[in-house]
Amino acid sequence: MTLTDYKYGDVIHRCFRCGYCKFPINWMDVNNCPAYARFRMETYSCGGRLWLTRAWLEGEIEWSDHLADILYSCTACKNCEVKCPLSFNIDILNMMIAAKGEMVERGEVPSPVKEFLENIQRQGNPYGTSRAKRGEWMEGTGIEAYQGQEFLYYVGCVGSYDTRGQETARILGKVLQKAGVSFGVLGNDENCDGNEVKNLGEETLFEMLAEENVAQFQGLGVQKIVTLSPHSYNTMKNDYPGFNGEFEVSHYTQLLQGLIRDGGLDVSGGYNATVTYHDPCFLGRWNEEYNAPRAVLKSTPGVQLVEMARNKDGALCCGGGGGNFYIDLLGGSADSPARRRVREACETGANVLAVACPNCLTMLEDAVKAEGLEDKLAVKDIAEIVGEACGIK
Amino acid sequence: MDSVYQALVDIVGQEHVSNRQEELFIYSYDLGTTEPHRPDYAVIPRTTEEIQEIVKLANKEKVPVVPLGGGLSLAGLAVPFRGGIALDLKRMDSILEVNEKARYAVVECGVSQGQLTSYLERNFPHLTHSEPGAPPTATIAGNVAIHGQGDLAQPYGFNSDMVNGLEIVLPTGEVCKFGSCSIGSGWYTQHPLPDVGLFLGWSGTTGIITKVSIRLFPSKKIRGVGQFVVEDEELVPEIMYKLTHTQMTEDVIAFSQAIPPFASGLQHFTINIVADSEKELEFKHEIVWDDTLGEYIRSGAGGFLGFRSGLQRPQVSKTSDWRKGGGFEYVGAIMPVETYPECYRRGRDISERHDIPYTVLGRCIGAAHAMMFSWTYAFNRADPETIRQAREALHETDDLALELHGTIWKPGLYGQKLVMERLDPNTLNLMKKIKQMLDPNGIMNPGNWEVS
Repeated sequence: MTLTDYKYGDVIHRCFRCGYCKFPINWMDVNNCPAYARFRMETYSCGGRLWLTRAWLEGEIEWSDHLADILYSCTACKNCEVKCPLSFNIDILNMMIAAKGEMVERGEVPSPVKEFLENIQRQGNPYGTSRAKRGEWMEGTGIEAYQGQEFLYYVGCVGSYDTRGQETARILGKVLQKAGVSFGVLGNDENCDGNEVKNLGEETLFEMLAEENVAQFQGLGVQKIVTLSPHSYNTMKNDYPGFNGEFEVSHYTQLLQGLIRDGGLDVSGGYNATVTYHDPCFLGRWNEEYNAPRAVLKSTPGVQLVEMARNKDGALCCGGGGGNFYIDLLGGSADSPARRRVREACETGANVLAVACPNCLTMLEDAVKAEGLEDKLAVKDIAEIVGEACGIK
Repeated sequence: MDSVYQALVDIVGQEHVSNRQEELFIYSYDLGTTEPHRPDYAVIPRTTEEIQEIVKLANKEKVPVVPLGGGLSLAGLAVPFRGGIALDLKRMDSILEVNEKARYAVVECGVSQGQLTSYLERNFPHLTHSEPGAPPTATIAGNVAIHGQGDLAQPYGFNSDMVNGLEIVLPTGEVCKFGSCSIGSGWYTQHPLPDVGLFLGWSGTTGIITKVSIRLFPSKKIRGVGQFVVEDEELVPEIMYKLTHTQMTEDVIAFSQAIPPFASGLQHFTINIVADSEKELEFKHEIVWDDTLGEYIRSGAGGFLGFRSGLQRPQVSKTSDWRKGGGFEYVGAIMPVETYPECYRRGRDISERHDIPYTVLGRCIGAAHAMMFSWTYAFNRADPETIRQAREALHETDDLALELHGTIWKPGLYGQKLVMERLDPNTLNLMKKIKQMLDPNGIMNPGNWEVS
């Protein structure tokens, strides 16, 4: 592909590299692009990546492993798109995903990305674990298979396979049971939602996953979906309609907010902690849902909610987006975004860092260990906090 | 293995040095029209000590060192014309001290303008600093190194006049301090000790600024901007003179631009007015709009367009997209205020001849002692012809600025040549001696301010 064939060939040169894309909620530092925060070379800034992409497509530089690492270090957190003051900002992230797509087409992606995509193709999850084990998380919970209940509870890959994600998936299931919500799950029949696949530039695989999932949901008569992961929520809400998949999609915090507000869930058991909340990118910047998770926390007795300096559309990504919870191009340093984020959480005086995303949960919990903060800060999913408040052990 | 690369790795660590094509490509470019030149290495140090070691290595190996702050000069001042080490200083980003009572801040060289603005707003809301028109990613140190100005230029002058002290890594690797900090006192004044003029305005050719003490100023509770417009450019100098006489304004800018077309040809003023109370604001409004500008309003020569609370922080990067092309560059020159009409007319003519929408702006410095006048030329980064047009327009404007008895601000290589052709020969010779004394191997940002 040349620049003229590239979908954004007529716009990519318009980035001036002014650097607004690096800012958080204000101008407090230039570290809100997770990749730039990690490496601090201009190549890793949003503007640097765009200039490199253009240079690559114009033949000014050659493809290299390093170039691929730089492009795939983008977590698709959307900070650049939200902060860029220029009129083409809506295309910035798409330019990057399209560049990744070009690398996929050429078969020139970092090896962990290749592995990630192959695993999804083979087993429907990035870990490469058997499809037959996808439903193991629900053993002993009494959670039913979906057979026409009001909600399909879509768990996602991290909730289904990651140990910590599985705990959260189970607790959320129990909370929904306790609230009397009519729901069912797909178990071993659940497949990857495709959100990360799309952001890694594998459009064909994404389309296949989306079409299969839509067909499966429609075949089962699904009308309402509640997701554990904001990543699933994002793609099912925003991408699946493009595949004739019109469903009423909620993130679980939105459902819990309504249940608690309407008296459908008793959280009077409370949760005594000073809590700070980390906005997941695919709930926050991607879907502008900043209120529901905070409303759930505020309505839980005993929770004292304190905000980090970077919050809402200025929140720092945990570094797990764009498949990086698995491909891990941003790890291995005190400057890794997850480690920066848990230090910020500690600065608030909170003893609990609340999350609403299984990817963030695993990223930030690992970061707490790496920073040696286990005695000061616990990372909890909001489902776990609510679970404790309504007496679920 | 490249021995210089390995030595750099030993100094800053593997992750903070690169000789790979991607970093060399990015650090070869300025954001303006200057042709790129690739460095051999890109290095991002964290400490003054690391910079010392890098400079010592560069002397030993005779490798150029090109310091880089925000990289927003647009004049190619951090382009590695002779290769060597592109030294990105933005990791040195700690605000070391804010002395509230003595109103100064000590910052490392990578601290951005926006970082200090945000820090002061959150922690010392009654203090502010002079923020330049550049995007807030521009650094404090980079700005003073090029004699920048900001939104307090009218009452307090150039940002480089606000320097209380500097820490410098000399081209030979020694660390020097200047100002009161050099005798172990606080960083509260650069006077009365020997001044720091060897390092300001030299574009990093005489040393690397690693710490700066910059003056802070009172930040009033109410800050806002009033707008005023006249049709006749000949009125601008006298209006600036009268406004500065009031001593009631914080920033006075006159500008004219082709976009939007209905405003083309008009001279717009933005006038910052600040106050601690509505009573004070009302008093200042009366002095500025009624007593000073009222005569123009009443005669129909000028119009008051309103006052808006809150300062519009720089969004200058939007200029880059006027041709949907991602690029612009400007000539800035320190000019006598009386030349505004000629600067406007001749600048507009240059723009129109090069088929570029014109944008000119004059920011008042001091009590109308001078103005920083800028002629801006947008270009399309994807269209080499528009880049060539902009470059030609810039060169013509450099010539124009000197013809009108101005002094080019942060000139690129073309402008530096013009300036040095006109410089007093004894001054030029002194510059040469200073440069040879400080930088015997000629490693610091070579190509810039080179006296033959």
